[in-house]
Amino acid sequence: MADKKKSFTMHIDVNDLLPATEEEKAYVVQMRPSTTFFKDGMKRLVKNRVAFVSLIIIVLITLSAIILPMVWPYSYEAMLGNRPGKPMDASFNNLKPFEYSRTEQRLIDAGESVFPHIFGTDAQGRDYFIRVVYGTRISLAVGFFASIIVLIIGTTVGAVSGYCGGKVDLVIMRIVDIIYSLPDMLMVILLASVLKQTLGAAIDGTVLASIGSNIISLFIVFGILYWVSMARLIRGQILSLREQEYVLAAQAAGASGGWIIKKHLLPNCMSVIFISVALQIPSAIFTESYLSFIGLGVNAPMPSLGSLASDALNGLTSYAYRMVIPAAVISLIVLSLNLFGDGLRDAFDPKLNT
Amino acid sequence: MFIMNTKTLLYILKRILLALVTVWVVITVTFFVMHAVPGGPFVGEKAITEAAQKALEAKYGLDKPLFTQYLTYLKDIVTKFDFGPSLKQRGRTVVQIIGDGMKTSVKIGLIAAVIALILGIVMGSFAALKRNTIADRIIMVLTTAFVSMPSFIMGSLLLVLFAVKLKILPANGAAAGGLILPVITLSLSPMAYITRLTRSSMLDVLGQDYIRTAKAKGVPPVRVIFGHALKNSLLPVITYFGPMLAYIVTGSLVVEQIFAVPGIGRAYITSITGRDYPMIMGTTIILAALIVIMNLLSDILYKIVDPRINLE
Repeated sequence: MADKKKSFTMHIDVNDLLPATEEEKAYVVQMRPSTTFFKDGMKRLVKNRVAFVSLIIIVLITLSAIILPMVWPYSYEAMLGNRPGKPMDASFNNLKPFEYSRTEQRLIDAGESVFPHIFGTDAQGRDYFIRVVYGTRISLAVGFFASIIVLIIGTTVGAVSGYCGGKVDLVIMRIVDIIYSLPDMLMVILLASVLKQTLGAAIDGTVLASIGSNIISLFIVFGILYWVSMARLIRGQILSLREQEYVLAAQAAGASGGWIIKKHLLPNCMSVIFISVALQIPSAIFTESYLSFIGLGVNAPMPSLGSLASDALNGLTSYAYRMVIPAAVISLIVLSLNLFGDGLRDAFDPKLNT
Repeated sequence: MFIMNTKTLLYILKRILLALVTVWVVITVTFFVMHAVPGGPFVGEKAITEAAQKALEAKYGLDKPLFTQYLTYLKDIVTKFDFGPSLKQRGRTVVQIIGDGMKTSVKIGLIAAVIALILGIVMGSFAALKRNTIADRIIMVLTTAFVSMPSFIMGSLLLVLFAVKLKILPANGAAAGGLILPVITLSLSPMAYITRLTRSSMLDVLGQDYIRTAKAKGVPPVRVIFGHALKNSLLPVITYFGPMLAYIVTGSLVVEQIFAVPGIGRAYITSITGRDYPMIMGTTIILAALIVIMNLLSDILYKIVDPRINLE
């Protein structure tokens, strides 16, 4: 069958019309499966060893901060020397790590098992390990919720400012400029010191009182001051996104401004939002611990890492480890959150990488 | 050398205006926030009679309407640089107390800033020139740790290590050599930041064409580094002057607390716990103005040195 093909005639090879065999199908299959934006970023994130290890550390710390206080035999506020109906037992105070008080020693000698005080106890006989764990929980929670507040306010204002443009944008951006150039820490200290006194009476007896006036004033301060950089970031993104054709198409189809922002613009800023929240958390934790350290943070007896370090200043010469432990935990949290945030940025937004 | 075009001039004017508005906002916010505290500054004092309270309020002008008080306060600051008398340290004005505290704090802050600048630039350039060697890695790891460590943690750890365990430096800032630890504490984080800044901009500059040209025409390596590369890679460091001052000011609040240094930061914290309102207002305003002015100067300087930069 070596005859030449003649043009204008139909030479149909019947074999071409047979169904493809499995072997032939394999040619058509893509060598690399298509990937979504999220999967692609995750792949890069997992490859980044530093960021991945940081993530594991954060997850471990968070989980233990949540779970350990539930199962631990001691509570963060119980002064172990104070027992109902018995005189104050001072031998519970200022125990060294893994040391037992006289009462506990007697129990151990009698054959009972007593849960050890891993980091000893503090000057009021409270188990120090659980105080550190609980302090970590408070610090993490404050950092997380403060970031959420910043996220909500910053995104809303930034999106409205960027989408509306014109006079609205001008006014909002001047306000942002001024708040941005305020020295944040000084304003935080000022507001926290005032709110501490004003709020205490206002929230007395409500649900909020259990959270403590200081933490709430901290949230308020964050809501007032720290949304500006988020707003700037989102505005910049929206400004460039709103010139896209799909926005025009949505407008032509009669979509309202709010709908376009919610359904079209914000989803496209997701990676930027995500990254800046991840980087906001350590800075919020830092601010909280700073304020706790100078006595404007959480209300006693609730511990936070900053207030634990601050309390330890008094007995520093004999109990230096009480300062070192919360200091180490806070550095570890802030450092790994920062490194994770950097890794997240590299993985999900290579353009932002500086 | 520095040609200022209209655009640069406009930018500078705009920045000065913004700084003035910011300082005014700080004064206003501070004033009204402080006066929103229920009960006023004399509540909680030792039991005083109603008449005595009236007399005190009249003396400090607290009986007038709030807005009149505000205008008087503003006028006194602008025309006489007068922040009123301290409520707790009787007989002294806020400006006197701040002036006393400033002597120590400025000394610590300036030394820390100079150390941070010199060491940061040296280490940053070194790391950039020795890129990807062990020395570079070590510098990068250390600076990452220092940048993210809060100043009060750094101060406490240094205190534990040098004053409590090794006992080679005094823990009390008022003692001889007592300012060494506060200075180190304050300088570590800015130093780490400047190191990273210098390193990345140096790496950027080293890849430029003019460096290659200089090398190609036979300029000795030392002159390439000091004459061409370093000069240009230091530009971004200028922008850090403002934030560095802000860091040192807020850092000094806790560092002076930790090391018992008789400076402005300690006076500030004492006035917060003692509810000395004129003192809190005065210190907040003066420190805030200082930071705003420093930010302004470093931005303007950067713009003049490198007019290509668009800081918007």
